[in-house]
Amino acid sequence: MNFTLRIWRQTDANTDGDLETYKVQDIEPTCSFLEMMDILNERLTERNVEPVAFDSDCREGICGMCSMVINGKPHGPKDGTTTCQLYMRHFEDGDEITIEPWRSAAFPVTRDLIVDRSAFDRIMQAGGYVTVHSGPKPEPNAIPIEPSIAEEALDAACCIGCGACVAACPNGAAMLYTSAKVSHLGLLPQGQPERFERVQKMVHQMEAEGFGSCRNYAECEAACPKEISIKFIGRMNRDFLKSTLILPNNPRGKMDSQ
Amino acid sequence: MSRLGNLYQSVIGKKAIVAVTGSIMIGFLLLHGWGNLKVFSGATAAGVPEVDVYADFLRTMGVPILPYGSALWIIRIVVLVSLILHVICVVQLARHNRKARPVHYKHARNFEEATLPARAMIYTGSIVVLFLGFHLAQFTVGGVGSAPFVQGDVYGNLYGAFQHPVYVALYVGVMAVIGIHLYHGAWSLFQTLGWDNPDRNKSLRMLSVALGVGIFLAFSAIPISFFSGEMNKPSLQHADTSSRSNK
Repeated sequence: MNFTLRIWRQTDANTDGDLETYKVQDIEPTCSFLEMMDILNERLTERNVEPVAFDSDCREGICGMCSMVINGKPHGPKDGTTTCQLYMRHFEDGDEITIEPWRSAAFPVTRDLIVDRSAFDRIMQAGGYVTVHSGPKPEPNAIPIEPSIAEEALDAACCIGCGACVAACPNGAAMLYTSAKVSHLGLLPQGQPERFERVQKMVHQMEAEGFGSCRNYAECEAACPKEISIKFIGRMNRDFLKSTLILPNNPRGKMDSQ
Repeated sequence: MSRLGNLYQSVIGKKAIVAVTGSIMIGFLLLHGWGNLKVFSGATAAGVPEVDVYADFLRTMGVPILPYGSALWIIRIVVLVSLILHVICVVQLARHNRKARPVHYKHARNFEEATLPARAMIYTGSIVVLFLGFHLAQFTVGGVGSAPFVQGDVYGNLYGAFQHPVYVALYVGVMAVIGIHLYHGAWSLFQTLGWDNPDRNKSLRMLSVALGVGIFLAFSAIPISFFSGEMNKPSLQHADTSSRSNK
């Protein structure tokens, strides 16, 4: 198969970039998208052209490293997959394919198709944890969890933190990511002690990183390789509003009588 | 108050303010629309159109606990404050969002989930705000529009205004815009407040369709009926306007 690739090239965070056109010939249909990129880079290197910088790691759809907006869609045209699980047979021979990096103020482009996603790490550090005691190992089944709750928590925990939700959102919002992280801990009994503190800290960090706000478009859900539902955004909103408006600031305070 | 301040500081809180003020305005629209439909109720035995009686009630309601006309003013102020908060929050959020996505993709965007009404909220909303100024100048303050404005003569004012196709087209057009705004807004408020979930989602989506279509039909029935000659002339409808104003 032959393709015409229009790829975003940018030397570093401080220089302007632009799309460059490359032709790739004789690509096997069984080739994955990233293997096709490897072949392109090999051929570019042979011609003494700087290869295209892009992120990848596990190449089996679970690490969340690959991050390409292919023809305007994060992770490309196939639903529920990451870029590494996209194969060239999903395209037509002779296609023109445009490849761009994630676009968001909070994800600056560091080179070509690579963006800095450490804003996500800082959101996690702000509250994406549970406290565990350091004593003897507890009996694993000591805390009963209703199976449907466990499954729902796992649906949220499917998030691989790739950032496709941010890339797909016209507002560059990280609501789906943050809500998945808030929910997978907040649904489980082990996550209850910090539940409301967590949602406050993580939402404030999300805002401090410069992510946008939610317009309820659900474009994030459509782009998510793990097909995480926007129901978690509603759940996060509810927890956030409850902790902002209703929960007592000073539950141990004294009260005076009249 | 610090809680409300914290709410206003956060983007989720601002969205919640937009949702709550939006639902207050939906409530107002439902009451307004229900009241307007009184134009189809004919006239009292004395010949006063039912809609004029209803308009008078809007000022007398709450009397004698409240002074004459004050209940209506309370409603007006609540709706006005809601509108102002709604617009301020939306403008601030829109600015914040533009900063969050400074660079656009070169490849054309194909929206998969976001519907046209959802993406047009800022435009449909702006049209409604502009229309509101005109609408109040025409039917509350008076002085704008082709027909003379008589305070209290709701039926006559409507009849006069909607003899002109331009006004009929304007009102029906803007009602369609409001319907489109509500189609997304009425569902969106449940999601923003965290009240939507997979069990209710279908019902809430249907509710927002019903609300958008219902508001459009109820409000546009009035200009269309006056224009098509469906409704009696005000003089035939109530002969004793003069006697009523003397009471």
